[in-house]
Amino acid sequence: MSDLLIRNARLLEPAAGFDEPGDLLIRDGRIAALESPGGFTGLEVQDTIDAAGMVLAPGLIDVHVHLREPGQTYKETIATGTRAAAAGGFTTVVAMPNTVPVNDSVESLEWMLAPERGAQVHLLAMPAATLGSMGETLSEYEALAKAGAVGFTDDGKPVLEDHVMRAALVAAARLGLPISQHAEDTRLTGGCSMNAGVVAFRLGLRGMTVEAESKIVERDIQLLREIEKADKLRPHLHVQHVSTAKALIAIREAKRQGLHVTCEAAPHHFTLTEAAIEGYNTNAKMNPPLRAEHDRMAVIEALLDGTVDCIATDHAPHAAHEKEVEFERAPNGITGLETALGLASRVLHREHGLPLARILALMSAQPAALLKLKDRGTLRPGSHADLVLFSPDWEWTFTAAQSLSKSKNTPFDQAQMLGRIHATISEGRIVYRD
Amino acid sequence: MHPYPSNPYHPGSLLSVQHLPVPEVGHILGVTAQMDTMRPDELAATLTGHRIALLFYESSTRTRTSFELAAKSLGATTTLVSDKSSSIEKGESLKDTGLTLRALGAEAIILRHNASGAPELLARMTGLPVLNAGDGMHEHPSQALLDLRTMLLRLGLDATTAHESSLKGVTVVITGDIRHSRVARSNAMLLPRLGARVVLCGPEELLPVEALGLCEGVEIERDFDRALAQADVAMMLRIQKERIAGLSLDLAQYIEGYQLSSERLAANAPNALVMHPGPMIRGLEIAGEVADGPQSAIEDQVRHGLSIRRTLLVRAFGAAS
Repeated sequence: MSDLLIRNARLLEPAAGFDEPGDLLIRDGRIAALESPGGFTGLEVQDTIDAAGMVLAPGLIDVHVHLREPGQTYKETIATGTRAAAAGGFTTVVAMPNTVPVNDSVESLEWMLAPERGAQVHLLAMPAATLGSMGETLSEYEALAKAGAVGFTDDGKPVLEDHVMRAALVAAARLGLPISQHAEDTRLTGGCSMNAGVVAFRLGLRGMTVEAESKIVERDIQLLREIEKADKLRPHLHVQHVSTAKALIAIREAKRQGLHVTCEAAPHHFTLTEAAIEGYNTNAKMNPPLRAEHDRMAVIEALLDGTVDCIATDHAPHAAHEKEVEFERAPNGITGLETALGLASRVLHREHGLPLARILALMSAQPAALLKLKDRGTLRPGSHADLVLFSPDWEWTFTAAQSLSKSKNTPFDQAQMLGRIHATISEGRIVYRD
Repeated sequence: MHPYPSNPYHPGSLLSVQHLPVPEVGHILGVTAQMDTMRPDELAATLTGHRIALLFYESSTRTRTSFELAAKSLGATTTLVSDKSSSIEKGESLKDTGLTLRALGAEAIILRHNASGAPELLARMTGLPVLNAGDGMHEHPSQALLDLRTMLLRLGLDATTAHESSLKGVTVVITGDIRHSRVARSNAMLLPRLGARVVLCGPEELLPVEALGLCEGVEIERDFDRALAQADVAMMLRIQKERIAGLSLDLAQYIEGYQLSSERLAANAPNALVMHPGPMIRGLEIAGEVADGPQSAIEDQVRHGLSIRRTLLVRAFGAAS
C-alpha cells in the first residue's frame, strides 16, 4: 500500500494527552512514525497532505449505528452508511443487529462483515443478545464471538426478563464481551412516542417516563452485583444512549462501587430537548426520546465528569415516506454520523468548556478501550492508520440534503456545526476528502 | 413557553388555539357577530365557487355537520371523505390523501383525525389552509372558540371582540377526562389568555399534574363540589367507560364523585352556566335534567358552532376583514 505523509498537523493523541505540532507518516496501512514538523527528511512518499492549521487525530469510533443491511436497504446499506461514517470522521462503526432478518447467527454476522458488503471503514457488529431479539433464548455467544462479535445487544428493545438478562451477562462475561442494553421498561412505554411531561401533555402525546429508563439500568446493575458475588465473574454492562439524570445517578454510583458498567451518550441528547418536537417534528423522534432540559444538562454533566464513556450516534436512517406520517406512527430514530463531531465540538467544547482532547477521547480512545481494540483509536506507531483530519474552529452549516447517508432524517438540517472535517483515513486509505 | 409559537403553515389554517393571538380571537368573534346579521343570500355569495373537503378519520355528528352546513351556507361546494369509505382503508397515507384532494381542486381541508398533530402534517404536506376539527388528544380549536362565544353571550359580556380581560372574574371549571380531551386542552390554552380563571377537576388518572403546564394560571381542584362552588361556568366532559376500566375507581364511584347532578348544581352553583361539548352520556358525567335545565348552554354551543365555523371558513379563504 502507498505511503502518505501528513505534514504540519496538530497531532492530537487523546489517550496519552499528546497535543503537539508534527508530521505523521503512514506506510502499509499503519502509522509508521511521528516526527516534529519537517522531521521526515530525504523520504520518498507517494502522497503528501499539508495539514497546516488542522488537527490530526485518531479516527472516530461509533459503538452504535444502524446500517439497515440486510433487509432494509432502501434506508441505508453497509456501503452508504459507512460512507456517511467516513464523512463524519468515523473509521470504525459497530452495526446493531435489528436488521431483517435479525443478525443473531454466525451466518448472518459473517455475511454482514464480508468484504462484498463494501464497508468503507472498519466494520464491527454486535449480534443479537437473544434469538430474533425476542428476549427469550440466548443466541450462540461463543460461536458469534469467534466470528467477530464485539458484544451482544437486542438494541431497539431491552432484554426485559431478569433471568434472561442475567444469563446474557454471565455468558458474555465468560467471553470477555459486553451486553449492550437498550434500557427501556417496555411494560411502561406502550403507545408512548416522546418524553413524559408538560410538553407531551400539551401535544396530546403519550409520554415515556424517565423511570422507564432508570428502572432497567438499576435492575441491570443489581444483576451485576449478584453475578459478581455468586458466579465469581466480572460481567460488563454497557448502557446505550443514556438520556436521563436518574439513570446517570445509578451508573455513577455503580462505577464508584467498582462494577463494570460503561455507557454512551448520543449527540441529540446533549444538544436538543423535547422542545424540538414542537409542530410534531418526526425528525426529532427517537428512542430514548429527547428529554427535558434538566436531563440534557445531566447528560452534559456526566460527559464532563467522566461518567459517560463514549459518544455514540445511534445513527438510525429512515426513508422520507416513513417519517412523513402522523407523529405517533413514525418510526424512531435519526441519522447522526455526519453531525456528531460538529455538535460535540459546539455543545461540549464551546458551550461547556470540555477540552477538545476529551471530546476526541470520548469518540476514539475510550470506545476503542470499551471494545478492546488495541491498535485503533490511537496515533501510536504500529497502529492502524485510522485518522481524521479537521479544522477545529471552522464553523459551518449542515445541510441534510448533502448527507452521504441514503436517508436524510435529521433534526439538524441547517444546524450550526463546529469543526470541519477535511479528510478521513481508514487503514491508510483516504475514504473521505471534502 | 411562548404563547404564540411561530406558525409556518398557510395563514388561513387553524391547527391550534396557540396560533391565535388575542387580537385575532377578537377578530374572529367580530366577524362572527357581523355575519350573524347577514341575510342568507348575502352569506351564500361569500364563498361561491370554492371547494372545501371534509376529511374525517373519526366519527362526528356536531363538528362535521356544522362545518358542512357552514360551508354550504357560504355557497361553497363540499365533499366528504371518511376513512371508512375511501382509499384510506386500503392504506393510503394522510399525505397522499391530502395531495389527492388538492389535485381534485380542494382549496381547504377540514380534518378530524385520531392522531395528535395530524393537521400539522396535512398542512405541511399540502400547503393548503387546514382547519383542525379535532386531532387525537391534542386540540379542538373551533370548539374552544364556540365555547368562548357561548360563554360571552350567556354571561352578558361583549361577544364582538376579545382582549386580555374579556373574561376577567370568570371562573371556568372543566371536569372529567382531561387527559384524553382535546376540548379541555384547547379551552385551557385559550380562556386564560382572555382573563378567565380555569380550574381543572378530575381524579389523578384522568387529570395528571402535567395539565398545569397547558397555560399559565391553570389550576387543579380534585374535589368537584369545591370546584363547582367557584364556577361561573361548569364545563363537563364525556367519560368513556373503557377509560374508567383501568382506574382505581369504578363507574359508580366516578358518578358519585364527579357527576353533575341537579342536587350538586343547586347546592354549589345555582347560577353557573352548564356546558358540554358533546357527545354527552346522560346519567354518567351529567344528569339528563341538568343537560335540559335552564342553566344549560349545550344547544347554544351547537348553534354557535355553526357561526364560528362559518367565520373560520371565511378566514381560511382570506375573505375576512
